[in-house]
Amino acid sequence: MGNRTMIALQTLWIKECTRFLRIWIQTLVPPAITMSLYFVIFGNLIGSRIGQMGGFSYMEFIVPGLIMMAVITNSYSNVSSSFYSAKFQHNIEELLVAPIPNWVIIAGFVGGGVARAILIGIIVTCVSMLFVDITLHSIPIIIITLLLTSILFATAGLINAIFAKSFDDISVVPTFVLTPLTYLGGVFYSLTLLPEFWQWVSKINPIVYMVNGFRYGFLGVSDVNYMHSLGLLVVFNVVLLGFAYSLINRGVGIRS
Amino acid sequence: MNALNIKGLTKVYKGGTRALNGINLEVKQGDFFALLGPNGAGKSTTIGIISSLVNKTSGTADIFEYSLDAQPVEAKSCIGLVPQEFNFNQFETLTQIVVNQAGYYGVPRNVAKERAEKYLKQLDLWEKRNQPARNLSGGMKRRLMIARALMHEPRMLILDEPTAGVDIEIRRSMWTFLKEINEQGITIILTTHYLEEAEMLCRNIAIIDKGVIVQNTSMKSLLATLNIETFILDLAGEHQSIALSGFEYRLLDPHTLEVDVAKEESLNNVFEQLSSQKIEVLSMRNKSNRLEELFVRLVESGREELANKEKTQKELANG
Repeated sequence: MGNRTMIALQTLWIKECTRFLRIWIQTLVPPAITMSLYFVIFGNLIGSRIGQMGGFSYMEFIVPGLIMMAVITNSYSNVSSSFYSAKFQHNIEELLVAPIPNWVIIAGFVGGGVARAILIGIIVTCVSMLFVDITLHSIPIIIITLLLTSILFATAGLINAIFAKSFDDISVVPTFVLTPLTYLGGVFYSLTLLPEFWQWVSKINPIVYMVNGFRYGFLGVSDVNYMHSLGLLVVFNVVLLGFAYSLINRGVGIRS
Repeated sequence: MNALNIKGLTKVYKGGTRALNGINLEVKQGDFFALLGPNGAGKSTTIGIISSLVNKTSGTADIFEYSLDAQPVEAKSCIGLVPQEFNFNQFETLTQIVVNQAGYYGVPRNVAKERAEKYLKQLDLWEKRNQPARNLSGGMKRRLMIARALMHEPRMLILDEPTAGVDIEIRRSMWTFLKEINEQGITIILTTHYLEEAEMLCRNIAIIDKGVIVQNTSMKSLLATLNIETFILDLAGEHQSIALSGFEYRLLDPHTLEVDVAKEESLNNVFEQLSSQKIEVLSMRNKSNRLEELFVRLVESGREELANKEKTQKELANG
């Protein structure tokens, strides 16, 4: 990779990080507040009556899922809103006229989404430590799952923004697809509580694998095999990154 | 060497609109070149293709020695683009905008910061460097886009209506700046609706209409083809009728006379005839810019030619 390409990638990544840090009240504070409410309501108030789940207190059980929920939402919305705004204001043209390989455009935007997701992950983890002692079963698994999930949803946000023609288009997917899948993705319950049919249906939901993979990293328990989670994450990443590359290469949504 | 070499460039948009119809165009290195045409003529599409914002349908474009298809990185590195619309992030500061743009071209950050100071100072924006771009006036935004386009020190600068909506004082200072950088060796391609701007700055010119180049020549030889100039004379007193033999003329109102003067005729003749009728001329001015007159004529004759061609084709098709 040439030095010029590296400088271009670094510039775009720094620009993306500067963007979400500049508007920290919109990007960093809300997840901290939302997750605190989840911990208070579901963890403390309701959780104390639920008792144990998967061999852990309900609060401990939901912590990995809540972190993952924040990571998914923020990596997705960061890239979808940033890329769509760049299209809307036409400053995407700054990148299109420059001698930047298309993969750098993808890496820069996705890298920005991943940076925000990791930062949010750290913030939510810190918030959760106010309510519960965190167990770490495997740090490498936590890091790998966190990275692959944030790359995956940042890329999905990018694809959404490429096709989007209005600001409504970038809110439709998070509202009608991402949120239901996340809530039904085993964040608040173990799949073993569901009847067999609904367990099977739940396993079609890819977010189940991410939440459970992440939970396995923290607690060492999971409703699905961790290798399945990892394999699925890798496959989804390859497919979505390949699709995003093909779209940018053809200039879909960005070139006339 | 040519800075730009376009051959058979065609663009058909989705829906069938043919914006460019196989145009050929050469711009010499170091030239100050005007690309003129009415709205929707194909200027912005041509610029869009050269700067990789628009996908071409067919044809080739070479930037200096690089093919835009085969060596896009090298070709793009040679171009600095000042687009028609403000297309920077309005929430970023001026320094962020120009330094980031240099970064996209692989300019290291420390060098980019030095250049930012140089160009923001030259374009009189240094005082505003830490302000968000949305706080700038229209003229400042235009200058910011020029500074941004120069950050990677391109060999060719493409300006798509750079002075639109800018007051005359700032426009003149921009002309001076553009002349200076052209003298330093940067090739400049300019599109503008201010024809006096093109006449003042550019050495060569192409006029495009309906996706076809209708004229491509030097500014000097184009202006030399203008045979008639129209003058407006402000007269003292009121006049209901005036007689001028040998001239086409119109009395616009009792105080204003419009006279067409052919190249070989003398204005003295007009004044002598008016003087003999005891008509005093208070002041005189050109009806319009010379290039403007030519532009209108060329575009109109090009359209007539096209209409005739289409008519002939229809007649042939109908047998």
